[in-house]
Amino acid sequence: MTTPDAAARNGSEAVSVLTGSCPLPRSNYQDIVLAHGSGGKLSQELIQKIVLPEFRNDLLEPLHDGALFSIGEARLAFSTDSYVVSPIFFPGGDIGKLAVHGTVNDLAMCGARPLHLSVGFILEEGLPMGDFQRVVRSMREAANAAGVNLATGDTKVVDRGKADKIFINTSGIGVVPKGVNIDPKRARPGDKIILSGTIATHGIAIMSVREGLEFETEIASDTAPLNGLVEAIFATGTDVHVLRDPTRGGITSALSEITQSAGTGMILEEARIPILEEVKGACEILGLDPLYVANEGKLIAIVPADAADAVLAAMRAHPLGLHAAIIGEVTGDHAGFVLMKTRIGGTRVVDMLSGEQLPRIC
Amino acid sequence: MKYLDEYRDEALAGKIVAEIRRIVTRHWVLMEVCGGQTHTIVKYGIDHLLPDEVELVHGPGCPVCVTSLEMIDKAHAIARRPDVIFCSFGDMLRVPGSESDLLVLKSHGADIRVVYSPMDCLKIARANPDKKVVFFAIGFETTAPGNAMAAWQAKQQGIRNFSVLVSHVLVPPAMESILASPLNRVQGFLGPGHVCTVVGYEEYEPLAARFHVPIVVTGFEPLDLLEGVLMTVRQLEAGTYEVQNQYPRVVKREGNRVARDLVDKVFEVCDRKWRGIGMIPRSGYRLREELRDHDAERLFEVKEIDTAEPSICMSGLVLQGVKKPHDCPAFGTLCTPLHPLGATMVSAEGACAAYYAYGRHLECEKKELATV
Repeated sequence: MTTPDAAARNGSEAVSVLTGSCPLPRSNYQDIVLAHGSGGKLSQELIQKIVLPEFRNDLLEPLHDGALFSIGEARLAFSTDSYVVSPIFFPGGDIGKLAVHGTVNDLAMCGARPLHLSVGFILEEGLPMGDFQRVVRSMREAANAAGVNLATGDTKVVDRGKADKIFINTSGIGVVPKGVNIDPKRARPGDKIILSGTIATHGIAIMSVREGLEFETEIASDTAPLNGLVEAIFATGTDVHVLRDPTRGGITSALSEITQSAGTGMILEEARIPILEEVKGACEILGLDPLYVANEGKLIAIVPADAADAVLAAMRAHPLGLHAAIIGEVTGDHAGFVLMKTRIGGTRVVDMLSGEQLPRIC
Repeated sequence: MKYLDEYRDEALAGKIVAEIRRIVTRHWVLMEVCGGQTHTIVKYGIDHLLPDEVELVHGPGCPVCVTSLEMIDKAHAIARRPDVIFCSFGDMLRVPGSESDLLVLKSHGADIRVVYSPMDCLKIARANPDKKVVFFAIGFETTAPGNAMAAWQAKQQGIRNFSVLVSHVLVPPAMESILASPLNRVQGFLGPGHVCTVVGYEEYEPLAARFHVPIVVTGFEPLDLLEGVLMTVRQLEAGTYEVQNQYPRVVKREGNRVARDLVDKVFEVCDRKWRGIGMIPRSGYRLREELRDHDAERLFEVKEIDTAEPSICMSGLVLQGVKKPHDCPAFGTLCTPLHPLGATMVSAEGACAAYYAYGRHLECEKKELATV
């Protein structure tokens, strides 16, 4: 029998053979749809099928937050990310702050101390000068707070309607300290999974302004640079196995990717996953699962069991880790899958999202 | 969280499960009617907690799933028009029609917007007087008052560039069709809590009496579902077949009178084709004649479209509780949320999608699931 993958390779003809008169599946998209950027399965498919076959090399292959390589004695991390958030100003932050934090955090998740960032602006004709100035100032402040240098940059302007106000790309390099070896492949059965704080806050903050939803309390984004928190973790002397900031696709996508890289499983406890009451309420109202909602300023550390308490204590002593919690552990069973013990004692698999998370009808 | 955590309490859940185990003496097949209930059951692993004697089958209560392919194709034909802003609830966007889905149409430039409330469409219509704003009004009795209000307000306020494409469906005729089928296995129902919030449950009483099935109007939190199961099993074991209300904190016998009156003013009952099931007499709503100026089907004159479902897809049998998602040979292999063959896999509330999202396709992992 033809497999779906074979059908995908052969195009739509194979699909119609496969399902008789089937006019249905929109599986093999001929064009990019928004869900290709959601951080879930379609994003993964896009990278695996289109990008990786062309770009394949040893540095890219681990598909980590950044590439790790050595020059002489120094081990360096190199990372890039683009920011297209709408609206560009939101409670708790703005696109500029996000662009600095994002690349700082990608480097920190490689175990690196971030040093220098590049900034590329794509500006839409008609963007108020004051807005641009506000974004640039915010980037400077964010860079100062994170202790990084905005070392080089570029600016382009496009016709009105060809971009949405402002798009920003940042790239960055950092140095990996001796003895640090962060790699998703290093997750081992028995390791503890520690989350640095409450989930889903950023995603809900953005959505509440974007959709014009008015909640009684304003939910502000928790975007923050994580390099300080990572240094606090390293200061415990722990051999940290994996670090990940669960942004797009939420903690589910981050953890699923780690299990796939490491060839292990994971078991989480729903009741231990911290979430703000107002965020939980908003998710309930909107019919969204907070496990899939984007985070900023949060990290997941996977550490040997005997070091878990020390790391947890160090995280809780840091302002960005006050609500840190051990949410589960790495298992040898059910490789490639994340299981969760539900609040009422049942169990389910937590799978990566297929498309964009869409609000449910009722 | 107040009013949520109370209904997700592990110790209380354990007590209800123990009571179900204590009273059950034989195998019973229960159907939860609503997609939202199916979602909770699979999300919290409730069916794994129940004794083997209690089998849950999943009902036709996912409005996205049962919307006919013809209607979806009509929606797409309207959404494609350059003079239209097409508004929909979010989970309709990925549902495939014969040629496309709304997400793809959007990527090709169609103006498609997700709304949380149909009333938002009126704002959009006012802000875009040169466009025709169309809302895809799907759903059961639950969403009918909101959708009715949008059409009613448009008429009252003279918002002429707003219309609704109505594909409403009604629960009791579907339950009747399931019970009357020679394939029927269902012995008791967990009734649709939010549908009954609007219309009450008087209408269910003749069904229970005629088919000798207990119907327990049930809520959507884990403890609601478990209590609904307990009440239904109690009736089955006792040989009674009453309509009971597990969800009195929300549901009244007569429903919401104001909402019902509005629905009656705007909609009238009509025959409706259900995806996977077929035509069910008097099982849907359409706009009344007085609101014809806001009826998208009349305004856009989309012609009837011939459609065919894939032969392998058994979503019709799944929707009637005859089969479960993992009984389908395509489930989790040929048919996944990325490669859906039928609507029960596409909508988040569809039984197949719920089974997939919560890992039921991992048959080989079943043992570990049960023992973790």
